[in-house]
This record gives sequence, structure tokens and C-alpha cells, in this order.
Amino acid sequence: MTRIKVTVDGVSYSDEVEPRTLLVQYLREGLGKTGTVVGCDTSNCGACTVHLDGTSVKSCNVLAVQADGHEVTTIEGLAENGELHPVQQAFHECHALQCGYCTPGMIMQACDVLKNNPDPSEQEIREGLEGNLCRCTGYHNIVKAVQQAAGAMSPAGSASSQAVSS
Amino acid sequence: MIPAQFDYLAPTSVADAVAALAEHGDEAKVLAGGQSLLPILRMRLNAPGVVIDLGRIPELQGISEDGDHLVIGAMTTYAAVLASESVGAHAALLSKAVATVADPQIRHRGTVGGALVHADPAGDVGAPALALGAELVIAGADGSTRTVAAEDFFEDLFTTAVGEGELLTQIRIPKHTGWGAHYEKFVRVSHQWSIVGVAATVRSEGGSIAEARVGLTNMGSTPLRARSVEEALVGQPATDEAVRAAVASVAEGTNPPSDLNGDADYRKHLATVLTRRAVLAAAGA
Repeated sequence: MTRIKVTVDGVSYSDEVEPRTLLVQYLREGLGKTGTVVGCDTSNCGACTVHLDGTSVKSCNVLAVQADGHEVTTIEGLAENGELHPVQQAFHECHALQCGYCTPGMIMQACDVLKNNPDPSEQEIREGLEGNLCRCTGYHNIVKAVQQAAGAMSPAGSASSQAVSS
Repeated sequence: MIPAQFDYLAPTSVADAVAALAEHGDEAKVLAGGQSLLPILRMRLNAPGVVIDLGRIPELQGISEDGDHLVIGAMTTYAAVLASESVGAHAALLSKAVATVADPQIRHRGTVGGALVHADPAGDVGAPALALGAELVIAGADGSTRTVAAEDFFEDLFTTAVGEGELLTQIRIPKHTGWGAHYEKFVRVSHQWSIVGVAATVRSEGGSIAEARVGLTNMGSTPLRARSVEEALVGQPATDEAVRAAVASVAEGTNPPSDLNGDADYRKHLATVLTRRAVLAAAGA
């Protein structure tokens, strides 16, 4: 067993883990963060995508011991003060899911895409999500949701939504 | 699935990593970015007794310039290569090839050194390393290092010049400043291994090709360099007709695999088509 210290969704944890424990297993079984799902178990599908120190990784393809001393954000850590993250809100509004299984990973990767490129073209969105498989939607509404979120997160977008809410 | 049990070591220096390798020998597997190794462990295709993680060794990270060479630490991620202006300026071919590897999440973790030592013939880093004439710096016991040319590095399927108890530490790439570059990768679905890939980089002079370097992915048990094509391209205008003729023999002497993605003859056909496209794109035509 190896002791690790990891910050997950803003909370610090210190745990003994077997070195073979995958990060996704630690999140789900160790911390009960079942929002992050295991899809394919082969590192293809991207359903288990989380952020490690702010960049997206497939958490079935990282050992928990590799996350020692680092910071993890899961889908459960995106919403703030009960308010959905703009990407979550856009997935909801654009009906960017059917069965919903790919959604946690899809949203985490969409956040990564927008962090690096706040105003992506449709092509850039599709390429940015190429490591995330959806077997229901045909991706169309997912791409729309990311475009909508990009607008909402832009300085102009957040100004207008504030105007509406005030 | 989850991997079989193993002991985990996370040395913080190359010297400690090499010492750990010496101590554990065959029992040990080196973990770089883990994007190939972890699936292998999960599928139980390999079950090492000890995993030596290089992720905590700062000296293996980063990109620097040393005179007329770029120096890339073995643990530098694909994402760091893509973000590097200096790789873009002096070894554009590597950037172009790396951009096609798997998907963004994998590129955040996967490393150039890990890919080179894994030596999957369908991997996208070997061909540009060969074409750019990279030199691989390998650390051994007692602080010794040796440098191996890319052409002597790839020995066979998943087999390189990195011997037992040794560690790849650096990739040194002669600067190809101002050379055009293109990596033409053929896949059926997104984020997959190359069925065939062609890495081409070209120095143009007055509309014709002054020098060319061409590497092939998945056309044999190792990446290959197409020297006869490189020679045939010298002095040619960057036109479809001239390049088509110069690259026509690119598949000669290759021994590509036959599998569900295509048989060997199909791959040989692909190699000629992709080489033409890659060279023309690299030449800016």
C-alpha cells in the first residue's frame, strides 16, 4: 500500500491505496465520486475524463499513485454554489445527451477545449472531443452545446446573462 | 479490468531510476506517460513485479536548445511538444506528427520518450525521429551515457537499442529551421493508430526541392526511412507530376503487416499516395 495525498473537487484526502489502483477506481470506490464513470476500460471512450492539475486526462489511464500531490476536478466539482457550470447548463438546454453515460467525460473535455480555445469553430470542437465517444446523439447537439457554452462564457455572454438575471 | 499487483517506485533522479532498474532487472517495467503501458497492464498482457514511475524526475522534462540541436527530455508530453514554439520552428515535422497522436487527453499524458521506447511500429513519433536524424541519449549504470542515432535505435517490433538496465533520457534533434513539414496519417476512425503514416520534411529553394527527408509509419516492424525517395526528390520542382514520379518506388523493400485494416499490398499502395501528399504539403505546393 502507498499513501497518497490528493485534492479532489477542492477537498484534500489522504489515503492508503494499492499501487495498481486506477485513478477512476479511487475516485469512485475510494471517495464515492461516482459521477465519473467507466465506459470502455480501454482508454478509448473518454467517459472517465477528469482534470488533473487543470488538464483533461482519462482517469482509467492514470494510476491513483500518479495523482499523489496533485489536484483532481471531476464532474461533481464543476457546479458552484448550486449553479450549474455554463457547459453543464448548455448540455441541459441543448439536449446534448440521450442516455447520458458519456456526458460527464464529454463535459469535462468540453471544458478543457474551451479553456484552451474560448471561441472554437465547429471543426475545432469536433477535433477537441475526438477522444470522447457518444453512441446516442451523433454528436450534433453536443457540438451545439459547446458552442452555446462558449458564447455564455465569453465576456459579452456573461454580461448579457447578468443583465437578464438582474 | 485492473492490473495485477505490483510494487511501485517513484525515483526523483535518473541515477535513482537506473539503480532501481539494476536492482529489479526483468521484474521491472518503466512507466513514462502510461498511455500504452497502463492499458497493457489492465488487459494483463504484462504483469511486472515492479513499476518504476519516471513522472517525478524533473531532469527528464522539458525542451531546450543546444546550439544547432533541440533537446527534448524523454518525459516531455505530446502536449508540451505541441505548445513549444521552438519545436514548431526547428522541428515542425515532430509537431505535425504529434498533433495526430490519439486524442487530447492522451496527448496530455503521453510522452515522446515513452512512445519511442515502446516502439510500436504504428506509433507516430518514430518516423519523424528517423526523418529528422534524431539522436537518442541513453543512461546506463554508474552515470554512463551513450548516444544512438535514430537509424540504429529501432531494432524490431517493440524493441529498441535501450538495453537492460538502461533508460532513454533525451531526444536530440538537429534543427531543421525553415523546412516545410507534413505528417500524412491514414486512419479509418478518429484517434486510432496509423494504418500507414508518412512523415515528410522539405527544404525548398526557388520553387524546387533542395533537400527532403521521408519517414514511414507502419510499413514494417520498425519505422523506416525512405532514403532513395529522399535522393530522387532533390532538385525536383514541387509539382504533382514530378513528386509523383520521385516517390513511386517508396514502398520497395518495405514489409508492411497484413491485418483487418488492410493487406500488405494495400499498405504499399497507400504509402505511395500518402508520400506524394506529404511531400507536396511539406513543399507548400
